[in-house]
Amino acid sequence: MPRRSDIHKVIILGSGPIIIGQACEFDYSGAQACKALRADGFEVVLVNSNPATIMTDPELADRTYIEPLTRAYVAEILKRECEPRGGVALLPTVGGQTALNLAVELADAGDLERYGIRLIGASLEAIKKAEDRLLFKDAMKAIGLETPRSRLVNNLRDGLEFATTYPVIIRPSFTLGGTGGGLAYNREEFAAMLVRGLDLSPVHEVLVEETVLGWKEYELEVMRDNADNVIIVCSIENLDPMGVHTGDSITVAPAQTLSDREYQAMRDASLKVIREIGVETGGSNIQYAVNPADGRMVVIEMNPRVSRSSALASKATGFPIAKIAAKLAVGYRLDEISNDITRKTPACFEPTLDYVVVKIPKWQFEKFPGADTTLGPQMKSVGEVMAIGRTFKEALLKGVRSLETGKKRGAMAVAPELLTQRLVSPHPDRLSYVRYALGEGGMSIAEVHEWTGMDPWFLRQIQDISQLEQFLAAAGGLDKVSPDTLRQAKRSGLSDARLAELTGVAESAVLDRRRELGLLPVYKRVDTCAAEFESYTPYMYSTYETEDEAEPTKKKKIAILGSGPNRIGQGIEFDYCCCHAAFALRERGFETIMVNCNPETVSTDYDTSDRLYFEPLTLEDVTRVLEHEKVNGVIVQFGGQTPLNLALPLEQAGFKVIGTSPRSIDLAEDRKRFGALLRRLHIRQPESGTATSVVQAVKVAARIGYPVLVRPSYVLGGRAMAIVYDEAALRRYMELATEYSSDRPILIDRFLEDAIEVDVDALSDGKDVVLGGIMEHIEEAGIHSGDSSCVLPPYSLSPALQQTIQKHTVQLALALKVKGLMNVQYAIAQDGEGKQHVYVLEVNPRASRTVPYVSKATGYPLAKLAALVMSGSAKLRQLLPAEVIERQRIPTGAVYCVKSPVFPWNKFQGADPVLGPEMHSTGEVMGIASTMGEAFAKAQLAAGQPLPAAGTVFFKLRDRDKARGVELARRLHHLGFKLLATRGTAAAFRAAGLEVQSVFKVSEGRPNFVDLLKGGEVTLIVNTPEGRQQFFEEKEIRRTAVQHRIPIVTTLAAAAAAVEAIAARAADAPSVHVLQHLHQQLAAKPAAG
Amino acid sequence: MEAVLVLEDGRAFTGRGFGAVKAIGAGEVVFNTSMTGYQEICTDPSYAGQIVCLTAPQIGNYGTNPDDDEAAKPFVEALIVREFSSIASNWRSAQDCDAYLAAHGIPVLADIDTRALVRHLRAQGVLRGALGAGHPQDELLAGARALPRMEGTDLAKVVTTRTAYDGPRIEANRQGPLVVAYDFGIKRNIVRQLADHGCRVKVIPAQTSAADVLAMKPQGIFLSNGPGDPEPCSYAVQNIRALMGKVPIFGICLGHQLIGLALGGKTYKLKFGHHGGNHPVRHEATGRIEITAHNHNFAVDPDSLPASEVECTHFDLNDGTLEGLRHRSLPLYSVQYHPEAAPGPHDSHYLFADFMKLMGTAP
Ligand SMILES: Nc1ncnc2c1ncn2[C@@H]1O[C@H](COP(=O)(O)OP(=O)(O)O)[C@@H](O)[C@H]1O
Ligand SMILES: Nc1ncnc2c1ncn2[C@@H]1O[C@H](COP(=O)(O)OP(=O)(O)O)[C@@H](O)[C@H]1O
Ligand SMILES: [Mg+2]
Ligand SMILES: [Mg+2]
Repeated sequence: MPRRSDIHKVIILGSGPIIIGQACEFDYSGAQACKALRADGFEVVLVNSNPATIMTDPELADRTYIEPLTRAYVAEILKRECEPRGGVALLPTVGGQTALNLAVELADAGDLERYGIRLIGASLEAIKKAEDRLLFKDAMKAIGLETPRSRLVNNLRDGLEFATTYPVIIRPSFTLGGTGGGLAYNREEFAAMLVRGLDLSPVHEVLVEETVLGWKEYELEVMRDNADNVIIVCSIENLDPMGVHTGDSITVAPAQTLSDREYQAMRDASLKVIREIGVETGGSNIQYAVNPADGRMVVIEMNPRVSRSSALASKATGFPIAKIAAKLAVGYRLDEISNDITRKTPACFEPTLDYVVVKIPKWQFEKFPGADTTLGPQMKSVGEVMAIGRTFKEALLKGVRSLETGKKRGAMAVAPELLTQRLVSPHPDRLSYVRYALGEGGMSIAEVHEWTGMDPWFLRQIQDISQLEQFLAAAGGLDKVSPDTLRQAKRSGLSDARLAELTGVAESAVLDRRRELGLLPVYKRVDTCAAEFESYTPYMYSTYETEDEAEPTKKKKIAILGSGPNRIGQGIEFDYCCCHAAFALRERGFETIMVNCNPETVSTDYDTSDRLYFEPLTLEDVTRVLEHEKVNGVIVQFGGQTPLNLALPLEQAGFKVIGTSPRSIDLAEDRKRFGALLRRLHIRQPESGTATSVVQAVKVAARIGYPVLVRPSYVLGGRAMAIVYDEAALRRYMELATEYSSDRPILIDRFLEDAIEVDVDALSDGKDVVLGGIMEHIEEAGIHSGDSSCVLPPYSLSPALQQTIQKHTVQLALALKVKGLMNVQYAIAQDGEGKQHVYVLEVNPRASRTVPYVSKATGYPLAKLAALVMSGSAKLRQLLPAEVIERQRIPTGAVYCVKSPVFPWNKFQGADPVLGPEMHSTGEVMGIASTMGEAFAKAQLAAGQPLPAAGTVFFKLRDRDKARGVELARRLHHLGFKLLATRGTAAAFRAAGLEVQSVFKVSEGRPNFVDLLKGGEVTLIVNTPEGRQQFFEEKEIRRTAVQHRIPIVTTLAAAAAAVEAIAARAADAPSVHVLQHLHQQLAAKPAAG
Repeated sequence: MEAVLVLEDGRAFTGRGFGAVKAIGAGEVVFNTSMTGYQEICTDPSYAGQIVCLTAPQIGNYGTNPDDDEAAKPFVEALIVREFSSIASNWRSAQDCDAYLAAHGIPVLADIDTRALVRHLRAQGVLRGALGAGHPQDELLAGARALPRMEGTDLAKVVTTRTAYDGPRIEANRQGPLVVAYDFGIKRNIVRQLADHGCRVKVIPAQTSAADVLAMKPQGIFLSNGPGDPEPCSYAVQNIRALMGKVPIFGICLGHQLIGLALGGKTYKLKFGHHGGNHPVRHEATGRIEITAHNHNFAVDPDSLPASEVECTHFDLNDGTLEGLRHRSLPLYSVQYHPEAAPGPHDSHYLFADFMKLMGTAP
């Protein structure tokens, strides 16, 4: 059965904002699906609330809706897209759990039927059978497969009755990333966990299950077509045994410790499972646990959709699961689709690997003090890296250095006294401890296996590494290390940096020695077939072997350095920019070379660029690639801080960094020189100073005046930043502040209170400067730009202010000789006379987090335009309409576009969910509407914080805010809300003649507000933090709010916007917009398109 | 210790020796792309006369155990791997791979750029080679060149059993059909599969005459896999001609090639053969694709078969090689690949059930 003729239009659901457990792998899968279906002549309609994705690029679909992924909005879209003659289908299997659950909701609500829209990819029955833990268990029993003993419960009593022996595990239905799941070691822990799990499961069901901790965990990626052909694309083995979520485990592909009998048993089981569950077409992910003692195998779960692991499997094998899944969904058979890489052979086969792939998660607990750092059934990592090597050792060490932990590897990273504990309870640093234990620690493989449950085979590999490192350290200098040993070291994956460290020389010395010995890497291809057939796709990885297969061309080529593992502050937005650079330069006939190590991304899709090097983004690995390819230029400004840090060294190494010169980038980050520049340009900047001692800090602060913003000079993403209101607090900060020295002083800025923050992205070719957009933040300055909602076009800035901002931006771009993109953060603060002034907070002459959002809002692809300028392919005048060049500003449309952040608080109980100068959000959404209020409401809804239409609003305002708060309270009162407030605030309200119920603080007595919040009638919280004094009280409020999912706003500005939004929502029904139409309404597209 | 592989064209690969380090391994060098089942591969008699290079880089990880032997001993002349495990980790493991191969005199070459070797073989086609530790390269080169070519060599009669023997579960299958299995290098899992399907299996030497076989009054005859070139096995071809039509016949691999010859077809040598567990094969009757285990250097030329009598039932999707046939009127069919799959996917087990049907004894 070839292509289905009964379908001509496919609606694809995306996965929404980046959250833990659902990251840009679904942009990768969604984008692939869009491309595949369009190439095949289908009309493609895409729905996704996340503007930072490639899939929401207007070129990828016929119609793109950046709208909340909720039943109401999607139903509205279905209504518009359905056709009397039918032929419209919904594809929910490439948008993660979000899309899958949404599809179920739409089906159950009868929307699909109502609009005559077919579900393709997976039937409703199949989805339910796979996702409903109980139905799944029964299905497994029916086909004779074992699952752990368990019971599905929907209330506490049944749970307690079942859980007689501990530990037990809790696994909510229909959730992802193990949300709400957990291991309970006693009755008390269990009760708490169960209540939470029930609450978090959309169907209020959890599975309480016997644990098989310590068993080996595996995943198989399975694909099936409608002719019932089934293939296994890849097997994945977890280094961390059962108990640690696969997303938080170090995983290895292919499986390393299964004999053919065991593997085939798992393969047979997978075929049975996908058939029994009834996934007719597409990919599924099936998880197994195997008892190392006797090989007994149990099925853990199945995801009847493209998953995080399928993205990994695709990158690991070169087999594009999502793309194939999309084609299967529209009727093709596996044997009708050809293998892109070999061209001659069909996609109906099972990839075979002649290398080893290792995935290592990246965690960021340091951003969530108070959060529990032990790993378990609930995923906590924010990103991951993948590394390819010819052996497990090589891949593992390449992976480790891809993580950019900044930490020195190996022994020095560990605290011996913690050894046993770190080995026994899974933790981000466990690998370091295992290495230490098997090296200096002198533990045997048996012992470490006993503690960790990791398979002895893996432990032996790690032991080999540790022992090799010890041997090198004992060699007594690099010159004493024999060529053979050095070769062995490189073949085992040790980096030059590590070798330098072990042998006590400079990294450059190691490279020199290697050059002498001709000990340089070669590049091999990922080809799905272990070289049995010729590969036509240059998808490469480095290794220390004899034969090189890269075959660099003589073309004009530009390398683009990606951004490495996703992390808070550096995520999909930068990958988006890198992809756009590749697209634009390819169009202009350059050969594009991508270097990146993040398997989730679109940039590491082998058809995003002409050549892909899956490599760590360290100076060593990147330099080798650039040398090997003899590139004409390299782009470091699009991948965020990671590649940016390589700018100067790469230039020193003689590579041409195109676009804004590394010197300018450096100048912008050098406070002294940059300060001077601003003074010369007469641009304001908050008074500031630096301190290397407490005394000095106090002096500086006294001069500047409190409050001040303090931070160490070497951190990014607002790490360790604090707003300090008085000397005592300042002293406390300086005491706690991690090391500071003359070359790394503490930076002290005057903190601009109640200032409006503004983000500006601009383009420059050195001559002309054009502002992409002026984004007005909703939260005031002090909330990290990445964490505050922002609006385009600005909604409260006077034309005069906007003019000033534009003038400053142009001056800065020219002064910094920007060629490409620049991002400026401004704060607008009032002086004593109530006069507003524009201050510069920081300038980043590079692509920023907001580039995709601005591009989606305006229809001008900033990153593409920048890439063309940087490569010298064109001047802005050739790319943009004359009037745009004249006005120095890209026009914004008739609609408001609000970007709102999404936070991972629910994964980190114990952490204080308050906003500040340090970024905590993992992702973003965009709300589009004709009024600012509705746009904000849509953004909040899409971000999973729907604003209430009725109920009680709880106020707790700091004194400064009480006056303005009264007005908001009044509006809410008029909108029919009841008012509740702490006594101080209530008094202020009453004074203004408002009817308000007052309530105790926790410290005052009971019932206090926490009791009332738990009570449930409160539907919105407005709490502007008092800072230090009331810290405890407010932390309690915020925690309860997050727990009970009550929307909370922590700034008056946001509260005002929320009130607007509530008013707007109350007014009208869902309105949806087609991105392509909005863009048409705006100025004609630039040449670059 | 340092060991080296020298190919007949003079190309050499230097690495480290394991297993029977002292021994020299000489034979036709082929590569196998299976990711699991190195023990089954080493003990598959079809590899007699060949040095096998495994493309999966980490070999020996789960050790070896008696249950996974496909024959009484390993048959590969030598094994080539990227990294040879220094530890055996699996509850079933009885002996680590190094000791196991050493005990059977099989040398191992590790730490070489196996992918470079595979690409070389892909380009040049299979080459003869010799490997060993502490032997001058020219000696190895001479050794490689001195080897007889696979073409025209009958290895079946070298590896076949000297005396007939019974398969497993004879008692349990008392009621089952008697299947006489010609051993041209038969794999244990084939016999096991037949027995599991309820057959009383009697394995007999390759050169047993058709008359002797008929005298055993079998309900079915099985023609096994095996090494070498089918063409010189004229005795087998004659026996098959004599048995065709009298008793249902099922052939696998070499057995399939011999049937091809018996039906008047021709066989030819593939450039570098099919050796792996991921080959897609289309079953023409149903259109279904089976992921199958392959191990063959020769194949039957479909155009050489009398279309009027023979139906081509299976083809390889990668290169169109004929992978299965059946006689239009006589109870006779065969596949080029390995439905018993050890190692490999189990998609084609149905072929054994088909044999039961053909013998009229299907439940
Ligand atoms: N019975 C069990 N015993 C021990 N660990 C388990 C058990 N069931 C699941 N786990 C662990 O919990 C993790 C998450 O469970 P899973 O059902 O896969 O959740 P999700 O649907 O979020 O992937 C698994 O990866 C596994 O490590
Ligand atoms: N002087 C200041 N007054 C008020 N808020 C500030 C000031 N400096 C920085 N901030 C706030 O801190 C946030 C992070 O500061 P920034 O310099 O942008 O760090 P990062 O490099 O992590 O983006 C900004 O988005 C802004 O909200
Ligand atoms: Mg899972
Ligand atoms: Mg799941």
